[in-house]
Amino acid sequence: MHRKSVSYAKWGYIFIAPFFIVFAIFTLVPLVSTFYNSLFENYTVMGYQQIGPNFVGLDNFSTIFDEENDLGKYFVNTFILWIAGFIPQIFFSLLFASWFTDLRLKLKTGAYKVIFYLPNVIMAAAMGMLFFTMFSQNGPVNSIYMKITGSDAPYMFFTHANSQRAIIALINFLMWFGNTTIMLMAAINGIDPSLYESAQIDGANPTQTFFKITLPLIRPILLYVLITSLIGGLQMYDVPQIITQDGLSCDRTSMTVVMYLQRYLSVSKNYGMAGALSVILFIVAAVLSMIIFTTVQEREPKKKKPAAKGGK
Amino acid sequence: MANFKRVLAASLALCLAGSVLTACGDKDEGGSGSGGKGGSGGSKGGSSYAYSEAANKKAQEVGDLKQTKADRIEQTAEGSETSKKQLKICTWNNEFKNRLRAYYSKYDKEASGMTGETDDNGDYIVGEHEYLTDGTEIIWVTTPSDDNAYQNKLDTDLAGQAASDDKIDMFLIEADYALKYVNGPYVLPVSELGITDDELADQYQYTKDVVTDSNGTLEGVSWQATPGLFAYRRDIAKEVLGTDDPTEVQAAVSDWSKFDETAAKMKEAGYQMLSSFDDSYRTFSNNVSHAWVNSNMEIVIDDNLFTWIDQTKSYTDNGYNNQTSLWDDQWCADQSAAGKVFGFFYSTWGIDFTLKGYAGDELFGQWAVCPGPQPYFWGGTWMCAADGTDNPDIVADIMRELTCNKDNMVAITNGTQDYTNTVSGMTEVAADFASDFLGGQNHIALFSEAAPKIDASKLGPYDQGLNESFQAAMKDYYLGNTASVEDAIANFYKAAIEKYPELKVPTE
Repeated sequence: MHRKSVSYAKWGYIFIAPFFIVFAIFTLVPLVSTFYNSLFENYTVMGYQQIGPNFVGLDNFSTIFDEENDLGKYFVNTFILWIAGFIPQIFFSLLFASWFTDLRLKLKTGAYKVIFYLPNVIMAAAMGMLFFTMFSQNGPVNSIYMKITGSDAPYMFFTHANSQRAIIALINFLMWFGNTTIMLMAAINGIDPSLYESAQIDGANPTQTFFKITLPLIRPILLYVLITSLIGGLQMYDVPQIITQDGLSCDRTSMTVVMYLQRYLSVSKNYGMAGALSVILFIVAAVLSMIIFTTVQEREPKKKKPAAKGGK
Repeated sequence: MANFKRVLAASLALCLAGSVLTACGDKDEGGSGSGGKGGSGGSKGGSSYAYSEAANKKAQEVGDLKQTKADRIEQTAEGSETSKKQLKICTWNNEFKNRLRAYYSKYDKEASGMTGETDDNGDYIVGEHEYLTDGTEIIWVTTPSDDNAYQNKLDTDLAGQAASDDKIDMFLIEADYALKYVNGPYVLPVSELGITDDELADQYQYTKDVVTDSNGTLEGVSWQATPGLFAYRRDIAKEVLGTDDPTEVQAAVSDWSKFDETAAKMKEAGYQMLSSFDDSYRTFSNNVSHAWVNSNMEIVIDDNLFTWIDQTKSYTDNGYNNQTSLWDDQWCADQSAAGKVFGFFYSTWGIDFTLKGYAGDELFGQWAVCPGPQPYFWGGTWMCAADGTDNPDIVADIMRELTCNKDNMVAITNGTQDYTNTVSGMTEVAADFASDFLGGQNHIALFSEAAPKIDASKLGPYDQGLNESFQAAMKDYYLGNTASVEDAIANFYKAAIEKYPELKVPTE
């Protein structure tokens, strides 16, 4: 009986094998070595004296969790910077995506898509540099500010915690909303147009179709956007690094976790501490992803699948 | 099945999350043996960054860190044929390049495409490739010094030198971290290049002290000495003090209390005395009685630095400075005609290399210098031969011509107003010199008075990183971003230990 069917299953495995091989070499091995390194004392003194690697167990972790080292503060900073950029990003992306895909508006969107996406093409560091110059003490923004208010002292954007954070969030928003818009447009275009037609016939207004049809049906993409943005946010580095000059300004109020990690690597090449920090970051990212993943999944109504018996 | 898919999807998501987060592959450095000295501090739990005055006092008593010269590394590879025809020089800016181009006789200006014209920054315009007259190509490896980038690059490159066939021939270092390289394993002593003590006799003693290792061997040479002065705007001096004469202006800034009084006058007239928080830093940090690190590897904050903190805090609160930081855009702009800042503390190179560029045509002749409240020095560039160089003769020749040849050095001073490292030469020049940029003032005479007073004995290998972190941390205090000076110092300790895990915060 079994002999009758030829198994094509192995081809499936062969086709997905390249991913797993590449994943193992370039991701799994470094990942494991990061875990391994986090258990050692290993740094350089004066650029030439190598200390370690000496096995120290979990000492690096206990140092990092030491209250004096303010790890919590850097996580809070990272979260604030991320959420302050993400909220306007998702709002405008949804707005533009629903406008651009609205059949009744009949917009020519090609040019807008390109323009919205453009900031993302620019290197983040260059964006950071640009905004740093624009908002600096003698930059154009301050000359406009001084013209309008008549004040003779410039506003020091980079020495106040809130304005500094706002600028970082602004850059992140500008860089990423185009990308999200395009992604959401694709999701909305994938919705069966007949749903909108029937809603129209039933007398639904645009707001209702948006909240009752569009939003529920693009939830998987929204989830994807949320998770990628969250992980991207956790790794935030280049923009704040440039804006805040190593993160030290304003009592470290804009120092993100990865910037903190970089402080261990930049001079002393402290692989032990940096490794421990990477491990913590990994665990946090994994837990957050799992939480989002499960909560969003379970809110979906349980569908009855006729073919759920697994037979084919 | 659905459950299984869910788990599979979740674990895939996890893997992806992980893959994104994996830091750039950490590599084991092959566990080379440590030099044995230095604390094993680092990753110990329960460290405290709290500042305690008593602990700092106690740490001051201990005595400065004494380094031991590291053993040199045996060269395992010879330079390739290409490497022998290339002179590879590591540097962080264009200052030395311009000196070499203009004042090294064997620099082939024609082949290098140098016309003598300069660009907006005052750098010579040259072709893509630069050559010496014997056909050797000069390869500049330029890395900016911001954020320790230059030292990181240099450390990596020099660590690979012994086994590489592409040899670095020469690298440049600054006073703030000179001792790190001087006592490190990668430098070729000057005597091994065949340069004798006699040839170096005319140099300022402090320029030799800075680059003398713990065994007393000279490891580098400099073409300049860098005593510092106070540079001020003549037009503002006339308006506020009624005179722009250097002697009379000096009387108004000759000690810190007079300096403060003048600052108040400047404020009244709508000017600022200084631009940045850090402008007067060197005048304090060069007059310390303790080095940054003591022999217990503890960080020591000298009393003089607290004087700087008090002064700068009150200047900030009173509006006597423009709240800039060194090298930022506004600080540079403050030196131009648009600026409203009275003066800057600048050493020799600063006047020619920095101030002149920022001042532009409008302020040409509108600056003058006076000794200021305290003697100090700032910066200075030293040349070191890299151990393993395959062009030792050329390196030695450059060192000789730029740092031992009195006539050539006097020519540098006359041409660039840089203050060169020849005691007798400078005394001669000082007798009769007039700088157009400084409105005809003879500032070389002031420098030659200040230069012998320089004391470099409190320099250490950690100065650059600690000065930088200290200034950055204190900025928060001046701006009110940290509640108290203790909090700011705690931030400084934290930043210092992150950079240098071997250092310790003093405890009682």
